[in-house]
Amino acid sequence: MARVLILFAHPALEKSRVHRRLVSAVPRRADVTFHDLYEAYPRMDVDVSREQRLLINHDTVVLQFPFYWYSTPPILKQWQDLVLEHGWAYGSEGTALRGKTMVCALSTGGRTEAYVPEGYIHLTVRQLLAPLEQTARLCGMRFLPPWVVYGTHRLDDAGIQRAAERYAVLLEGLVDDRIAAEAPNLENLADLNQTVASWVEGGMA
Amino acid sequence: MSTEGFFVQAVVYLAAAVVAVPLAKRAGLGSVLGYLLAGAVIGPSVLGLVGEEGQDVMHFAEFGVVMMLFVIGLELEPALLWRLRAPILGLGGLQVVGSTLLLFGGAVALGLPWQAALAVGMTLSLSSTAIVLQTLNEKGLLKSSGGQSSFSVLLFQDIAVIPMLALLPLLATGHGAAEGAGHGAATTWIAGLPGWARTLAVLAAVSAVVIGGRYLLRPIFRVLGKVRMREVFTAAALLLVIAIALLMTRVGLSPALGTFLAGVVLANSEYRHELEADIEPFKGLLLGLFFISVGASIDFALIGAQPGSVVGLTLGIVAAKFAVLLALGRLFKLGTGQSLLFAFALPQLGEFAFVLFSFANQEGVLEPGITSPLMAAVALSMALTPLLLVFNERVLQPRFGTREAEFREPDTIEEHNPVLIAGFGGFGSTVGRLLKAKGVGTTVLDSDPDRVELLRRLGLKVYYGDASRHDLLETAGAAHARLIVLALGLPERTLELVHTVRKHFPNLTILARAFDWQDAHDLQEAGVDHVYRQSLDTSLRMGADALRLLGFRAYHAERATQTFLRHDEESLRELTASRKGERSAYLSDARRRIEDLERILLADMAEADLDRDAGWDPESLREEFRKL
Repeated sequence: MARVLILFAHPALEKSRVHRRLVSAVPRRADVTFHDLYEAYPRMDVDVSREQRLLINHDTVVLQFPFYWYSTPPILKQWQDLVLEHGWAYGSEGTALRGKTMVCALSTGGRTEAYVPEGYIHLTVRQLLAPLEQTARLCGMRFLPPWVVYGTHRLDDAGIQRAAERYAVLLEGLVDDRIAAEAPNLENLADLNQTVASWVEGGMA
Repeated sequence: MSTEGFFVQAVVYLAAAVVAVPLAKRAGLGSVLGYLLAGAVIGPSVLGLVGEEGQDVMHFAEFGVVMMLFVIGLELEPALLWRLRAPILGLGGLQVVGSTLLLFGGAVALGLPWQAALAVGMTLSLSSTAIVLQTLNEKGLLKSSGGQSSFSVLLFQDIAVIPMLALLPLLATGHGAAEGAGHGAATTWIAGLPGWARTLAVLAAVSAVVIGGRYLLRPIFRVLGKVRMREVFTAAALLLVIAIALLMTRVGLSPALGTFLAGVVLANSEYRHELEADIEPFKGLLLGLFFISVGASIDFALIGAQPGSVVGLTLGIVAAKFAVLLALGRLFKLGTGQSLLFAFALPQLGEFAFVLFSFANQEGVLEPGITSPLMAAVALSMALTPLLLVFNERVLQPRFGTREAEFREPDTIEEHNPVLIAGFGGFGSTVGRLLKAKGVGTTVLDSDPDRVELLRRLGLKVYYGDASRHDLLETAGAAHARLIVLALGLPERTLELVHTVRKHFPNLTILARAFDWQDAHDLQEAGVDHVYRQSLDTSLRMGADALRLLGFRAYHAERATQTFLRHDEESLRELTASRKGERSAYLSDARRRIEDLERILLADMAEADLDRDAGWDPESLREEFRKL
C-alpha cells in the first residue's frame, strides 16, 4: 500500500471543464491527500517546510495540471525551485525523497495523434516532460510515464466523464501499488493510458 | 549700554557677518576667515565701528565654544570616547608637553626668567578649539584620522587648562596685583577651601553632571516634550548648557569640559538630535561673534609699530608648534596626508591664551610688556589657520593625496543609516520592523515622548523630535541617507515635510503615507513618486477574502485584486492630471470628495471587467478546433 499525495495546480479552475471533473473523481480515502497549490498559495508564497512534511508523509506524488505551453503552470515550477532543496531532496545528504514515486496526470488540448514524431508537435508528452523526469531522477525517485487526457478541446461530456473514471482507477492503482507489477514495461512507455485501460478491463473481468 | 547702543552694535556685527561670510565662502576660504576679516574691518584699527568693548564681546562670545563642545559631546557616544582614550592621552599629552618645552626654551633664549618662560610656554602650547573644529567641520575633515587626532588633542588641552590655572600663581615672582582677578579662579566657590575639599567639590560637580544627565534629564525632557511647544524645549536646552557651564566655573573647571561631558552623557539619549538642533543656531551665532571679536582685537597699530617682532613672533611660535605636531603625526603613524592636515590644523594659539595671559598679568607672573605682543600674535595666528588649511588643501594634499583611502574610517561620529523614518506609529513601525528584519539600518524620528521612551527601552534607535524641522533632519543624517519614509499621522504635516525634504535634501527618495484620494493627489502634485494610501492594501485584502468566502478561487481573487489595484492607481493618476490648475477656492473639501468618488465609480463601471486573464481561457481556441 502506498500513500498518495496529489499536488494540484490550476490557475483558473473556475474556467476548467476537465480538471473540475477529475478533481471530483479523486477517491475520498485516508491514504489519498489532495493538495490544491493555487488555493493554498495565491501569492505564490510556497511554505517550504509544510510542503516537505507532506512529501515525507507520502510515498507517491501525483502532479495534476493542465499542459500550458508544453509545461506546468508556474506555481509547480515555484514549488520545485523552493521545496526540492539541496541537502534535503538531492545532494550527498539529500535523501528525503529516495525510493518515492512521481507521476504526472495532465490534460492537453492537442490530440494523442499530435504527440508523436510524425504529428505536428513531433514529441511525446513524456519527452516534453523531460525536465521533471530528470528532477525525479536526481532526487532518487521513480518517474512513471504520465497519464494524459488528450484532446480536451474536442472532448465531449461523455469523454470527460470517462477520463474522470479512469483517473479514479489510476489513483486506486497507485494506492494499491499495482504499478509495481508493470515495472518491466514502464521504461519506454509514452504514457500510462493503455496500462490504466487494461486495469479497467481487468477490473471488469 | 543703552538699548539703542545695543542695537547699533548688533547691526554692525550682524551686517559684518552677513556681508563677509558669503564672500569668504564664495572665495573658498571658509566662514571662519570671513568672520575674522569682518572683525578686522569693523575693529578699531580700520573702520573703528567697534572699540574697546570688543574685548567684552569676545568674553561673552567664548560661550559659543562651550556650546560647540556640548554639541560635539552629543555626537560622541561614551564608547567612542573610550576608544579615543589613547590618542587623547598620548597624542594630546605629548603635544602639550612637547610644545611647552620647545616654547619654554625659546622664551628663555629670548631672555625671560624661567618662571615667566614656563607660563608663556604652557599658554602658547594650547590651540584654538573654536577655529579648528569649525574649520575642519566645514571642510568635512573632522572624521578623517587627522581630524580625529586634532579633536583628541583639543580635548586634552581643555583638560590641561585646569592644572595650568592652578600652576600659574605658583610661578608669580612676587610683584603682581593679585586682587580683582576677573576670569578663572577668584569667582569660584571653592577658592578659600583646603585642597582635599576642592577635589571633593570638583568630583561632586562632575558626578552631578554625569548622574543627573543619565537619570534626571530624560524624564524632564519627556515631560517638556509633552507640552509640544518648541520654544520650551529650546529654553530647557539653553538652561541646561548655561547651568552646567556656571557650575563648572564655580568649582574651577573648564565650562567647555563640563558641557562636553554632559553632551557625552546625553549622546545615547533619544533627545540627542533635538538638543543638537536647538543649540546649533546659538552655537553658530556665538562662534561667529567670537571670531569677529578676535578679528577686531587684532592690534594693527601695535603690529605696525613693531612689525618685525609681532609677525616674527607669530611665525616662530607657529613653526615650533607645527614641527612638534608633524613629529607626533609621524610617531602615531598617521600617514603623510593626514599628518600634514593634523600639523596645519593645530599650530595656532588658542582662545585660552587670552584668559591665561590676563590671569598671568593679574597674578604678576607676566608683565603687560610681554603679553601684549603675544596677544597680537594669538589673534594673528588664529587668522593664519584657515589660510594654512587652504594652502594644505589646495597645494599639499593633491601631492601627498592619501585622503580617499584614509577617509573611510569605521569610527564615524554620526550614525549614517540609509533610511530615515518619520513617525513610528503603527504604520511607520511596520515599515521599520520589516527593514530591521532585513538588517537595514534606520534612524527613527517620532514626536510622541511616551512612545519614544518605550521603544528605546526595547532597544530601538528612536529619537524624539519634530521631523519637519530641517535642522533636525540634518542632524539625523538626512544628507547621507538614501530614503525617507514619511509615516506621520497628519496629512498636513506630511505635506509640509515633503516640501522641506525636497528643498533641503534633494538626495532623498521620499516614500509617503497618504490617507485618502485627496492627499494622495496632493502628494503626487508635490512631486512624490511613491505614495501609499494607508487603507488601500488592507481594504483590497479584505475584498479578496470576501470573494473567497463567497466561493471564488483564492488565486482568482488575488488576480482580481491586483488588477483592481492597477486600475485604481491609474484612475488616481488620471484624476491628478485632470485636476491640474483647477483648484478653485470655492470648491469645498467635502464637495471635492463627493466629486472624486463619482469619478472613481464611473471609471469602475467603464472598466468593470476584472477578468482579463484570457491566456487561461481556451474558448477561442476550442472554437477553432471545432471548425477543423
